[in-house]
Amino acid sequence: MKIFNLKLLAGVSAVAAVLISGCDLPPQDTVQRGYRGTGMEAVYSPEALEEIIAANQVPDAIPAVSAEGPKARDIYQNVEVLGHLSVGEFTRLMAAITQWVSPEQGCNYCHVPGEGFEEDTLYTKKVARVMIAMTQNANQNWGAHVGDTGVTCYTCHRGNNVPEQVWTIGVAPRHASGHVHQMQNVAHQESSVFASLPIDPFTPYLLEDGVARDQGNTALPQGHVASIESTEQVYSLMMHYSDALGVNCTHCHNSRAFGSWEESSAERVKAWHGQQMVKSMNNDYINPTNDWLPAYRQGPLGDPQKVNCATCHQGAYQPLLGANMLADYPNLGSLAPASSDPIEEAVEAMEEMVEEAVEAMESAGLEQDDPTIGEAH
Amino acid sequence: MSMLTFEKKYRVRGGTLIGGDLFDFWIGPFWVGFFGVTTAFFASLGTGLLIYGAAIGPTWNIWQISIAPPDLSYGLALAPMQEGGLWQVITICAVGAFASWALRQVELSRKLGMGLHIPFAFSFAVLAYVTLVIIRPVLLGAWGHGFPYGILSHLDWVSNVGYQFLHFHYNPAHMIAVTFFFTTALALSMHGSLILMATDPREGETVKTGEHENTFFRDDIGYSIGALGIHRLGVFVAISAAFWSAVCIVISGPFWTRGWPEWWNWWLELPVWY
Repeated sequence: MKIFNLKLLAGVSAVAAVLISGCDLPPQDTVQRGYRGTGMEAVYSPEALEEIIAANQVPDAIPAVSAEGPKARDIYQNVEVLGHLSVGEFTRLMAAITQWVSPEQGCNYCHVPGEGFEEDTLYTKKVARVMIAMTQNANQNWGAHVGDTGVTCYTCHRGNNVPEQVWTIGVAPRHASGHVHQMQNVAHQESSVFASLPIDPFTPYLLEDGVARDQGNTALPQGHVASIESTEQVYSLMMHYSDALGVNCTHCHNSRAFGSWEESSAERVKAWHGQQMVKSMNNDYINPTNDWLPAYRQGPLGDPQKVNCATCHQGAYQPLLGANMLADYPNLGSLAPASSDPIEEAVEAMEEMVEEAVEAMESAGLEQDDPTIGEAH
Repeated sequence: MSMLTFEKKYRVRGGTLIGGDLFDFWIGPFWVGFFGVTTAFFASLGTGLLIYGAAIGPTWNIWQISIAPPDLSYGLALAPMQEGGLWQVITICAVGAFASWALRQVELSRKLGMGLHIPFAFSFAVLAYVTLVIIRPVLLGAWGHGFPYGILSHLDWVSNVGYQFLHFHYNPAHMIAVTFFFTTALALSMHGSLILMATDPREGETVKTGEHENTFFRDDIGYSIGALGIHRLGVFVAISAAFWSAVCIVISGPFWTRGWPEWWNWWLELPVWY
């Protein structure tokens, strides 16, 4: 009897230990996301928040340098996307990128020692050029998603050659031959956030032009058609959004009507622009690098490693918790001027002169912004 | 309302917990008792406040009326009446009414010399409610975690709270609770049909006895739990449904803050797979 009791106790304790393991004990931190009583909230364990905060610290910025002086393109050869920087700025950015992307390999990750800096021998240098343009493009043209905070190489790389969270087109795990694998119900898949949902929700929505509009807008069926397959793919994609940002569905949606923009938070608009931005990054910048990539930088189907929400966000609702690194590296804020045509440069110089003259006139008290000018006269 | 002939025999004095003989009388078919009075007080005050809340709210549409709890920023403090205070007072009224009702059941059980099975079972429904609007909000540190009082709004709350944990069907206690709810419905419907089968014979046939009932189930599934047993089973599955419902919501947030699918990784990470 006694032995039986001991065994029972041991069994119960083992089960209890399994159930409690990994549990978070109260108190928790909570955030209200909607009108009171709607249940739009987020619950965070303080320990998890500490981890997120620790993982999203920004490295010290290299001291700024003057934008004056000769341009990089005049000193170095084969400088395409950063040629408009001053040599000082260019060198500073090269040093920063080395810190951010290849702190162990240093300059040699992209440049072959003994060879001229202008040589495009290594695939890494060619990819780096495209990635810099991608970053500049995001900051210049995707303000609807990245806002004024913007992104830098560090937003994704965090000291790694390749950002830790990237994806390639999914392939089915081993399965009985003769059967088509449905690409779902696979255990331990981060891509479906450990649910039984489809394991590659990225290809249809972050590479192809899949539109996530699976919930009908009416209470009763009125002809809206969506397959279970695509509905589950959207669910899986939304789980990824949530997981990547360390939030839950109610960060954007009031789940009583997922599709209703009126009942959604402003973040949902940002997320929509984010989806378009990621699609553009994957198609316009990352896919074209595929020809240069070695096999170990490709997925099983020979496609390049691509971007999703987690690539930048890495568990934070804003990458690096909203720290504005771009302010320290404004050179990444916009694409290189389209042309270095001498005529255009002359025009730009003239425009600058005109602006200076206008400023001088303003400071002299002359009326400049009279709205009637150019209309009545 | 007329009284059944045998009813008078059971209208006995005593058995009260509080108030002695003061409220120990009947109004029509209803026994009053101290807790009958408190039930009536809390229920009418709470209902009146719900109607008041509707009156100062944006709609009289019965589906859309909603009395919402305070913002989370009020924490566990009292909120102004129109900003969740009403919800707080109504919650006090509801808990007062439900607890009074359970205690009234205790008094009646004592009066009749019965066990406390009925208040015990009813208490699980009260526990589920108290878990939702008292225990979980206290554990999370704000009354705002309670659900709003409205026909549709409380369903919207349920939906959103489920999505706070990405996929609530992976909540293990929710799985158990749902299973018990369905089992309760199954057991009740099978029991009800069995009783009708035996006691509602076709014209010209006689009422069947327990032997018929037992034989049916022995032939059907090899075992009959029996006339008393089915009621023990019924109580067990029904209160288990309420109990595990309370568990599934109280662990969501206070004891688990991530998506529920992820919780199952303990299973995937058991060393037996490697």
